[in-house]
Amino acid sequence: MPTPHKVYYPFISPFDPCKPIVAKTYSTPPHLYMQMQPPNLAQFTPHEALRAGTLWKVLYDPYFGPYEKLRKEDSSHD
Amino acid sequence: MWIYEKKLQYPVRVSTCNPMLAKFLVEQYGGADGELSAALRYLNQRYTIPDKVIGLLTDIGTEEFAHLEMIATMVYKLTKDATPEQLIAAGLGPHYANNDKALMYTNAEGVPWTASYIQAKGDPIADIYEDIAAEEKARATYQWIINMSDDPDLNDGLRFLREREIVHSQRFREAAQILIDERGKKKIF
Repeated sequence: MPTPHKVYYPFISPFDPCKPIVAKTYSTPPHLYMQMQPPNLAQFTPHEALRAGTLWKVLYDPYFGPYEKLRKEDSSHD
Repeated sequence: MWIYEKKLQYPVRVSTCNPMLAKFLVEQYGGADGELSAALRYLNQRYTIPDKVIGLLTDIGTEEFAHLEMIATMVYKLTKDATPEQLIAAGLGPHYANNDKALMYTNAEGVPWTASYIQAKGDPIADIYEDIAAEEKARATYQWIINMSDDPDLNDGLRFLREREIVHSQRFREAAQILIDERGKKKIF
């Protein structure tokens, strides 16, 4: 299973004005690795799918911001 | 021809009075990679693209209007009870001067929506690839807005919309593959 995030470490100058962010991340959601979707993949129930925004468990990739607490119900789909 | 269903695609809840978030959210309303641009881009490309992918553009273009409606609801809820002082503090003073609480198709910086945000090149590959890029840009925009927001209910709706961008991107990638594929063709070597 591919990771939904990638990390890179930009050059940090000794003269940078702000406190450096050592590691930068970016999102790599699961569809980037899928090509043509194969048949018969696992599905959410209709109710779960309406909440998740997708019928397909492999395509589910919830994104949380730094200022919100991760809520249990959002991460318990699989 | 469309049929309108008088409910939102996903329930919109807003738990804090934070007009500043409305200012950021209009990026997805009238911005270059926003839902209006997406809907108009896809629905307009349908006429000059191979039959196999017209239905996809119709479906996704239509859904983008459902997203537009959700964004509009969020912006409305975030601003409807705000005082002029609160709007000024949120940077929405110029908007209030011009529009009161009315929504406008501008981006987060107040630049009015323009048709130059969308393209219709007539080349199926170029157009579908633009659509894929548009979905990824919209996904990124949702991430940046979620990053600035501390409202869990609002973020819940934004997370749903971001997930839809992922699904749309996947379907456009498959459409590109359908247009590229040589399947079913007799190849003579």
